Amino acid sequence: MLRVSGIEVRYSGVPVIHDVSLEVNKGELVSVVGSNGSGKSTLLKTIAGALRPTKGSIVFEDQEISHLSTADIVRMGITYVPEARLIFGPLTVEENLELGAYILNDAEEMRKNLENVYHLFPRLAERRLQQGGTLSGGEQQMLAIGRGLMSNPKLLMLDEPSLGLMPKLVDEMLEAVARLKEAGKTILLVEQKVRESLELSDRGYVLQTGRTIHHGTGRELLNTEAIKKAFLGL
Amino acid sequence: MIILDAIIQGILMGLLFALVALGLTIIFGVMDIVNFAHGEFLMIGMFTAYWTSLLLHVDPLIALPTSAIVGTLLGVASYYWLVKYLLRGPMIAQLFGTFGLMLFLRYLAQFLFGTDYRIVQKGLLVGKSLSLGPFILDWTKLSAAILSLFAFTLVYYLLHRTKLGRALRATALNKEAASYMGIKTDRMNALAWAIGGGTVGIAGGLLVNFWYVYPTVGLLFVMIAFASVALGGFGSIKGAFFAGVIIGMIEMLFPVLGHLIGSDFLGPHFKFTLVYFAYFIIVVLRPQGLFGWKH
Repeated sequence: MLRVSGIEVRYSGVPVIHDVSLEVNKGELVSVVGSNGSGKSTLLKTIAGALRPTKGSIVFEDQEISHLSTADIVRMGITYVPEARLIFGPLTVEENLELGAYILNDAEEMRKNLENVYHLFPRLAERRLQQGGTLSGGEQQMLAIGRGLMSNPKLLMLDEPSLGLMPKLVDEMLEAVARLKEAGKTILLVEQKVRESLELSDRGYVLQTGRTIHHGTGRELLNTEAIKKAFLGL
Repeated sequence: MIILDAIIQGILMGLLFALVALGLTIIFGVMDIVNFAHGEFLMIGMFTAYWTSLLLHVDPLIALPTSAIVGTLLGVASYYWLVKYLLRGPMIAQLFGTFGLMLFLRYLAQFLFGTDYRIVQKGLLVGKSLSLGPFILDWTKLSAAILSLFAFTLVYYLLHRTKLGRALRATALNKEAASYMGIKTDRMNALAWAIGGGTVGIAGGLLVNFWYVYPTVGLLFVMIAFASVALGGFGSIKGAFFAGVIIGMIEMLFPVLGHLIGSDFLGPHFKFTLVYFAYFIIVVLRPQGLFGWKH
């Protein structure tokens, strides 16, 4: 469904991603793991169209998308849930979610998606009329994910959903990701929680200083010596 | 009674001030850019209504839609031909870019129309007034106030009750997040300039019924609009409304106060000093304005 081939991405001239390739097939949960500064977020932002690759190609459903605007990429069916969450603070939870369905013109479809999100995160339903900015960190993360689901995307990209959350909430968040996968969603997940995310995933890629250094199924990667040493502290 | 009269006159004028401030606050809210040429947009709105009514022999109020259209087009053209390019430059380019636009439009008007002060001589409402008990209200000001309120309400409704308006507010709150929702933020910027230019064009078309028009007329009004926007909170729609009305009242009450006290110092010539003093106090004590930013 998504094929990223040999991309290079620069931030004001300096390459942050040197050479990354990856593939996501329909219905898969694919993780990209790596330490801080390995280029994980940059990779997702580039797929989302917020950054332009200087080399390589990004193909989604047989169409080159690396030159498209973010707005057009959302319309193709890829949504990006940013690491910083970027909730619209003064707007209510429900208004935030409705903005997630901005590209939908069918009110009925939007209502259905809203119900699904409330079903996935009942906490959001309880707080639907509260301002987004007044939610706790965990609830804001739920809102960000919920908002990303509102357009019923073909591919959902999650950028560090567990960042800055307390352990109990981290589990809750990863559980929600697992449930989404079970419901048939295709997900590209970027995480610093290497073990937890690889355990959930069908396949994984390990990034180091802007290069893919390993890839394989979640199990394979967890059993790779280098990964055990570098990330799992074994 | 004289005070009550001043308050009523102040509210009427204040509603027009609010409409002038509306465009400034929307453009700032969405783009974080101060449109220094806003007063010149007003001036062009005034000239549009003036020339339309003079050349087509219609009432300036009927010429109002042309002011709205010219204002909207001016806003959109300014965005696509100038501001869009300024966004790629540093902050200072954005600051001086609209300042340059201000100078260009002001002296273009001077070149085309000269420095004469012009006023609409005849019209349905010009020179007529409405007596309500002890109060005498000029029909021109009354209709300007009512239509300002109407235009303001319409824009408020657009921003708060429509999908397009919500997208515009989302863009104002966080451009990056808005783009992840699939919102074309470039178009939202253009929309902000369209609304900004259109509303101030209408304000100009209303103002020309009772105010002289000349190439630098925008200066006085844009200064008041800056004060309104600072007082109400940058990017705040409600703020622009109430601040505009408050400033209108200060402007009318101050000379009356001077008259009652019998002090020459507090005369009408100082009325704007108080407005700008209030502006100064607000900026120092409550820089977020009465309603906070971007509400």
